[in-house]
Amino acid sequence: MTNNKELTKVDLIFEKVEAKQVLKKAFEMTSEEIIRQVLESGLKGRGGAGFPTGLKWKYTAAEKDPEKYIVCNADEGEPGTFKDREILDRVAYKVYGGMVIAASAIGAKKGIVYLRGEYRFLLPKLLLELEQFHKMIKEIGYDFRINYCLGSGAYICGEESALFESIQGERGEPRNKPPYPTSSGVFFKPTSINNVETLVTAMMIVHHGPETYNRLGTKDSRGSKVFSVSGDTPTPGIFELELGMTVQQFVNEFGDGDTKAVQVGGASGFCVPRKKFASTIIGFEGVPTGGSMKLFNSSRSMYNVLHNYLEFFEEESCGQCTPCRVGCQQLLKGVEKVKKGEMKSTYLNELIKLADTMKIASKCGLGQSVGNAFRSIVENFREEIIY
Amino acid sequence: MINLYINDQKVSVEPGTTVLAAAKELNITIPTLCNHPDLCVAGNCRVCVVEQEGARTLIASCATPVTEGMKIHTNTLKVRNARKHIVELLLSEHRSDCTKCYKNQKCELQSLANEFAFGDTIFLDLVPYHNYTIDRSSPSFMKDDSKCIRCQRCVRTCTELQHISAIAVANKGLHQKISSFHDRPMSHVVCTNCGQCVNRCPTGALVEKTYIDQVWDAIYDPEKHVVVQTAPAVRVALGEDLGYDPGERVTGKMVTALRQIGFDSVLDTDFSADLTIMEEGTELLTRLKKALADGDKKIRIPMFTSCSPGWIKFIEHKYPEFLPNLSTCKSPQQMFGALAKTYFAQKKKIDPSKIVSVSVMPCTAKKYEADRPEMRSSGYKDIDFVLTTRELAVMIKQAGIDFRNLESSNYDSIMGDSTGAAVIFGATGGVMEAALRTAYEIVTGREVPFKNLNITPVRGMEGVKEATLKIEGCLPDWKFLEGAELKVAIAHGLVNANKIMRNVRKGTSPYHFVEIMACPGGCIGGGGQPIPTSMDIRKKRIEAIYSEDEHMILRKSHENPDVIAIYKEFLGKPNSHAAHELLHTHYTERESY
Amino acid sequence: MYQVGNLVKELSDKHGRERASLMPILQGIVERHNYLTDEAMVEVAKELDISAAEVYGTASFYTFLDTSVRGKYVIRVCKTITCSMKGKNDILHILEDMLKIKVGETTSDRQFSLLETNCIGWCHKAPAILINEMPYTELTPEKVVEIIKDYMKK
Repeated sequence: MTNNKELTKVDLIFEKVEAKQVLKKAFEMTSEEIIRQVLESGLKGRGGAGFPTGLKWKYTAAEKDPEKYIVCNADEGEPGTFKDREILDRVAYKVYGGMVIAASAIGAKKGIVYLRGEYRFLLPKLLLELEQFHKMIKEIGYDFRINYCLGSGAYICGEESALFESIQGERGEPRNKPPYPTSSGVFFKPTSINNVETLVTAMMIVHHGPETYNRLGTKDSRGSKVFSVSGDTPTPGIFELELGMTVQQFVNEFGDGDTKAVQVGGASGFCVPRKKFASTIIGFEGVPTGGSMKLFNSSRSMYNVLHNYLEFFEEESCGQCTPCRVGCQQLLKGVEKVKKGEMKSTYLNELIKLADTMKIASKCGLGQSVGNAFRSIVENFREEIIY
Repeated sequence: MINLYINDQKVSVEPGTTVLAAAKELNITIPTLCNHPDLCVAGNCRVCVVEQEGARTLIASCATPVTEGMKIHTNTLKVRNARKHIVELLLSEHRSDCTKCYKNQKCELQSLANEFAFGDTIFLDLVPYHNYTIDRSSPSFMKDDSKCIRCQRCVRTCTELQHISAIAVANKGLHQKISSFHDRPMSHVVCTNCGQCVNRCPTGALVEKTYIDQVWDAIYDPEKHVVVQTAPAVRVALGEDLGYDPGERVTGKMVTALRQIGFDSVLDTDFSADLTIMEEGTELLTRLKKALADGDKKIRIPMFTSCSPGWIKFIEHKYPEFLPNLSTCKSPQQMFGALAKTYFAQKKKIDPSKIVSVSVMPCTAKKYEADRPEMRSSGYKDIDFVLTTRELAVMIKQAGIDFRNLESSNYDSIMGDSTGAAVIFGATGGVMEAALRTAYEIVTGREVPFKNLNITPVRGMEGVKEATLKIEGCLPDWKFLEGAELKVAIAHGLVNANKIMRNVRKGTSPYHFVEIMACPGGCIGGGGQPIPTSMDIRKKRIEAIYSEDEHMILRKSHENPDVIAIYKEFLGKPNSHAAHELLHTHYTERESY
Repeated sequence: MYQVGNLVKELSDKHGRERASLMPILQGIVERHNYLTDEAMVEVAKELDISAAEVYGTASFYTFLDTSVRGKYVIRVCKTITCSMKGKNDILHILEDMLKIKVGETTSDRQFSLLETNCIGWCHKAPAILINEMPYTELTPEKVVEIIKDYMKK
């Protein structure tokens, strides 16, 4: 038996709040108090990597440099996630609100939203809302400004240090770490970079108090999360759910009755086959996700799914480090050869070993996570890959 | 100090030290590839990954600073497997025609393969999936993308050392490559042909364009008289490609080897280096006289040296408004070329059309220089073929010469004599020192006021060097310089040249005379020199240069007997009409971006 | 006569001449000019005093900063998994038929370019395309015909 929660819908992210009141409340709080609340809430980054938000703010706050940045990562590029677009579209003021709160916590006067180029159509509206927002926070007394930077079509720019490089006008190539963003981020200044949803959640934590949030979810995965549901489902869309459910519970709600696999976390996430639905919790104790949930029914070829993902990575790798640049090409061309019968099926074992090397030897999270989808699809659907 | 353990051995190092450097302290070797001592850390190739206890992934030892109590293992199964995979992956995107490759046995990827990836290949050959072409457009070097392993050393070199960025990383993912501006041929972009990228390329992706076969053909042609000249910096580096340690002088053996190869006349670029000093020194003094004594506003000060063809191309591209500041003197190579098919031909009674003029240079830009259309003042192509130091080493091997056991011999007479002043042309500051040794003496009638003629303020590896020489006790002709402080500067590496030029453009440069060499360390660090290169190696070559100078009987250009003779018999005096015809040139403005 | 140099100057005045100004300048050129000509990239290099190869190297990293000829309307068909499952190929074929070009090509009147792209964030409304910055979702071949007809009239 698993220690899971029921599937429960939550309304936190899109809940209408009086932003000015929340921000007035935050204005009265000290940096330490904000950080304490966010730490107590148990909030972890909602972009997928899951670093504790309060800790990130604490580290950035501790830096001495007077010039610090809060960066909102709105470069939502993971195949299957579209929640950040929806959040920005519907409650941008809460994203900005989260940024002001984060800025007060870490001591930043400048904020940057890095918006993926694919969402440029939203920009005019977002800028109008930003103008009003700037007026509002000025009235409260905040000394803080947000600027927009636009991406131009590069998945890797969602990786934090690649995103900084892109803001700085460079190719979006991830940096060596350490140093981490909290000490050397955008323009090599201490930076807290947070996902769109994380920032909204942080604002709601200040609004409702950390206990309300902490009560939701499980020990490892506190709170709720916005899920982007797509694929073979009668109800694709955005859903905010309490964390802690199993894949089975998720499939019961969203499946089409013939679900054979769920890809949790997008192309860089894990493929959960039907036989593991019941035993897999969606969250940091099981399969973590930035929100991407893709359902596949039995009409789908998992070879095609894998092939599509590998093509994606082959193109979207920044190309600077060997394991990722060459490894992605080898995985793709390798499964093609196996499928065509030009390589023995045992070659898949070599490719799995390669995927494992990519996981430990690549420079950034992209290369390190290609192996997740590869291994989980090849191991669970080996026949479909070969025949 | 930070304490850490590498393979269970304790080591204490300064904060900020990388794991790679800490391992070196313990004499633990970690293989590297994209790492280069002259360049910033990249952390791209991942060959240097090691295991850190408690870490989720392996870490790149070249890019990771040490932390207190860190426990590192460089040779675990996990590390070995990853390393093997990484080398296999690099091999899979590299066209491995090793036995035919110019870099065979000098290729860093090959060495790694030899250690980590021998036997059956694991992965698919990716080369056929890409549409690679070889860029042979530059007369200096070739770029073969099918051998490129994307370590980006070349890009970092071009940016960090040369401030050119003729090549950059382009595209992403599987299409990522090293590219010129929109894949234009290298001959049609802002590139100085300096060859520093060639010096740092670990594989055969960037190599000089070789003219070895053409030179052999000339040597075997009984109709032809093949003249060879060797640049000052060649003699202190050639040995490195023939089994000697850096810094060994092999001048005499090299001369013998050139004769054994079959060159008909073995001559010395040092001769024309001395000639350059006579011409350039006179030009400088004339400029100073016109500017300072006659108040001629048209005269441009500071005057820049013009020996380094990489620097010439740099200023033509990036600071064309200062072309009038360049000395009109040709480089020693080209002065030599113009004289070989005129003066030398006459003296030796050889039909100049039968002369094939070959130069051995530490430089790839010299290949481009020799191809310039204006370098035909003899009525023929003044220099027919330029070989790098590396190519000469190949020819010596091809000829089956037992270099180590060769007797030393001397250069031929006529254009074979040299002085210590010419030898030091090979080091940064050398042209300046040689010029000062002569110019000071012309002006004052006395030797430069430095012990043993060693003008130490202009020596050393600092990127930009400055010196001031107070001129006192002038001869009557030069009274206008009495008490003047001659301000000079020296830069090597184009990133440093750019620093000086920026000030010159701003109008804040106080200098009268500036020496600029395109390559780090001057010609001894040239793009045609033996590989590898590093600050240590360059320092050793420079020590050898100065020691060669100290061992010379003659150490001032104006004392070179061949130089005295050529003025007497052929050129008249420095900057004469005849000298201008053959030894001076003009420059061309080129696109800046 | 249209001068790309003027546009680049205008954009540099607006966004600055720092390295960090590079992206918005390039984006501004693409917005006005559909793609980056060699001439435009050289102008940017001059304004920012960086090498043209670096401008190209940066531009070519980003899928939307095209460096080859593009039409007035750049159609990007999402090819990532959900769109691919939900009929992306039908959409592509109808586009190819209507525009009489293949993926990667531009119509001879320079009105349309047809490209594929990676996930554009509309998986729940697949298949989806972008025409310049505008998304069109839940497409059917019939809907595509209507949309393109509208653009052809513009």
